[in-house]
Amino acid sequence: MFHRESGVLKTTYEADMALYPLPIARWTVAALAVVFFAVIPLALHQYYLSIANLVWISVIGALGLNILVGYTGQVSIGHGAFMSVGAYTAANLAIRLGSPWPVNLLAGGLMAAAVGGVVGIPSLRIKGLYLAIATLAGQLIIEWTINHVTFISGGVQASIDVPRPRLGSYVIASQREMYYFLLVFVVLAIVGTLNLVRSRVGRAFIAIRDQDIAAEIIGIDIFRYKLLAFAISSFYAGVTGVLYTYYLGIANYEQFQIGVSIDYLAMIIIGGLGSVLGSVLGAIFVTLLPIVIRYAMEAFGGLFFAPQTVLNLIPNLRLMMFGALIILFLIVEPEGLNRLWRNIRNYFRIWPFAY
Amino acid sequence: MRVLSILTALVLAGGLAAPAPSSAQTKGEIVIGVQCDRTGPTQIVGTVLCPGFHDYIALVNSKGGVEGYKIKALEVDNEYKVPPAVESYERHKKEGAVTIAVYGTPQIYALAAKLTEDRIPGTSPGFGSAASADGVRYPYIFPAAATYWSQGAAAVDFVKKQLGGSLKGKKIAYIFYDNPAGREPIEVLEDLSAREGFQLKIFAVPPPGVEMGAQVLDIAQRFRPDFVIGHLFGGAPAVSIKELKSKGYPLRKVVSLVWGSAEVNIEAAGGFAVAEGYYTMQFAGVGQDYPVLNEIREMYKKQGKPAPKEMASSVYYNRGVFIAAVHVEAIRNALKAKPDGKITGVDTKAGFEKIANFTLGGLVPPLKITSTDHEGGGLVQIWQVKGGKFEKVTDWFSAYPDVVAKHIKEAAAK
Repeated sequence: MFHRESGVLKTTYEADMALYPLPIARWTVAALAVVFFAVIPLALHQYYLSIANLVWISVIGALGLNILVGYTGQVSIGHGAFMSVGAYTAANLAIRLGSPWPVNLLAGGLMAAAVGGVVGIPSLRIKGLYLAIATLAGQLIIEWTINHVTFISGGVQASIDVPRPRLGSYVIASQREMYYFLLVFVVLAIVGTLNLVRSRVGRAFIAIRDQDIAAEIIGIDIFRYKLLAFAISSFYAGVTGVLYTYYLGIANYEQFQIGVSIDYLAMIIIGGLGSVLGSVLGAIFVTLLPIVIRYAMEAFGGLFFAPQTVLNLIPNLRLMMFGALIILFLIVEPEGLNRLWRNIRNYFRIWPFAY
Repeated sequence: MRVLSILTALVLAGGLAAPAPSSAQTKGEIVIGVQCDRTGPTQIVGTVLCPGFHDYIALVNSKGGVEGYKIKALEVDNEYKVPPAVESYERHKKEGAVTIAVYGTPQIYALAAKLTEDRIPGTSPGFGSAASADGVRYPYIFPAAATYWSQGAAAVDFVKKQLGGSLKGKKIAYIFYDNPAGREPIEVLEDLSAREGFQLKIFAVPPPGVEMGAQVLDIAQRFRPDFVIGHLFGGAPAVSIKELKSKGYPLRKVVSLVWGSAEVNIEAAGGFAVAEGYYTMQFAGVGQDYPVLNEIREMYKKQGKPAPKEMASSVYYNRGVFIAAVHVEAIRNALKAKPDGKITGVDTKAGFEKIANFTLGGLVPPLKITSTDHEGGGLVQIWQVKGGKFEKVTDWFSAYPDVVAKHIKEAAAK
């Protein structure tokens, strides 16, 4: 991730597919693990951890969406709805059966995968913008169903209080505890995706993305793999929804409306389609940037404007700067932050002897 | 590097040039967390309500603060989204906020568990969950104004009086925004329909609520109700006024719950002349004629500034003042109990529960918040659009407390 190779010296397929291309990669990962599992949670105030937690939740969702959009090339505007399916499945199980969170998490993910598979059926016939509209319909149908079927939503308020997750008798409640709780799933999601995309399934996804007719001709079962992509992506979304529910202590349908689906699409487009690191960077960027801009505005806004005006300016300017920065980053590097990072690395690979 | 050094210089200069706040005279600072939405779907509310909140806090501070302590209202805009609301809440907690004015129904739902765990009171005046009026089940959530259940009950009571004291055999249409907040009053309305013997028909308007021609036509031409109760948000109330008017339904037989009741809604519908007769429900006083508003104008005058233009939009501005005043009052009660100033959320909670007979010259209803009733009585006023402005039709009242209490009890049992 951060190392510099001195050249491509691979002679076997195993070497080419290795998760750690060089020993130093192993050390980088170990160092990152120390930073994220020990340094950050122990050194930072709970407030910063709460931001990290929001980032972690988005990372898992963004990874899921990237499997579908980035790796398989199927557009989806229904990601938020799949999250709500997971969230309400888990919340109902927790309330009605009192089942423990690991069961609910798995059930939420599987239920979302099932629903995602169904919503993905149109992808067998249509592509691109047409598919986007079909998944948008899925989003609206799921939203409507949760909003109106009280068996699912638990009443007209469409919100279900969920008890905090517990390990044995230990209740996970504070931001620091939540940080570890969520981080475990982030690691699982990242490792899972990294392995998925270098497996047979992942290569089938990529083949479908690049040219689905060619993929079919070389023997990839399009029907199976397109639906599988929808199911896996929705599984991630469902898990995100469940984690979000446990993080907030409530499942509320207004947390998963269409705007959320758009936000996740923005994350993977900014981060870089078809890349794991891109999903992570995109999720961090979209979650963190508004907060950073606000702090900057709070620090400098007072120099130019009256306090009451600043309060009004901050949210408006923040939206504008957020939009402007997204455009800027996409103009600088249309393929996203991941590509930007690779460009920087490639530059330093031959530095200082650039030719 | 150069940019950085210029920026650093600017910051330093700013820090030196800005007059140091006169903290010497006061004993310290009490932080209130404020969430707002000035850019999201409810910005027509936030851009007026939040300045009202800050003006009242500024007024309190200009008069020496609360029991000698200055109030700092730290506002964070949540864009009516949940993740920014969570981040904002954690920031307020870090800054030591002793009470938080939450903004938005999904946001108060999302924060309810945290507020309770961290023991910081959060308010949801006029929105949020009606069940949270139950102070035993939700010890740290304070609606502090009429919930949707109380608003629905009050609307039926008002209609009853308008129709001559009996609803037997009458027809009432309920047109609502099809989201949880919009649906919340239905159960109360259905109960009252059975009790009072009127026929209730509900008409859902799907989000974003700008298309309701079919529903209004159904109301005006087919159902022909004796009264219409509207419960719409954002741009939808204005559309409903226009549609009802164009379909020939008299607006003097329409009453809107609190979020379709402001000047902005009337103006968006084409002005006060168009909406003549329309009844609106309010949980804070309307108009600019209150002593506290005069004091705010006075404060601006002393600083040599004109009164803020938001004041003209009195419904939301006054609600902002009302919300701020309730928080300040809770802090005042907490500081009276603990004069050393080391108050926490637990003390402010107790402070909220001591609020009684505090009316701010008529702008605030005579709330009585107790440890079991966090709604404070569910009081509202009805104002009518008449001759280019809002005119008061009823004084503070609440209705059918037994029905509302029954629903609160049922919700608590769940």
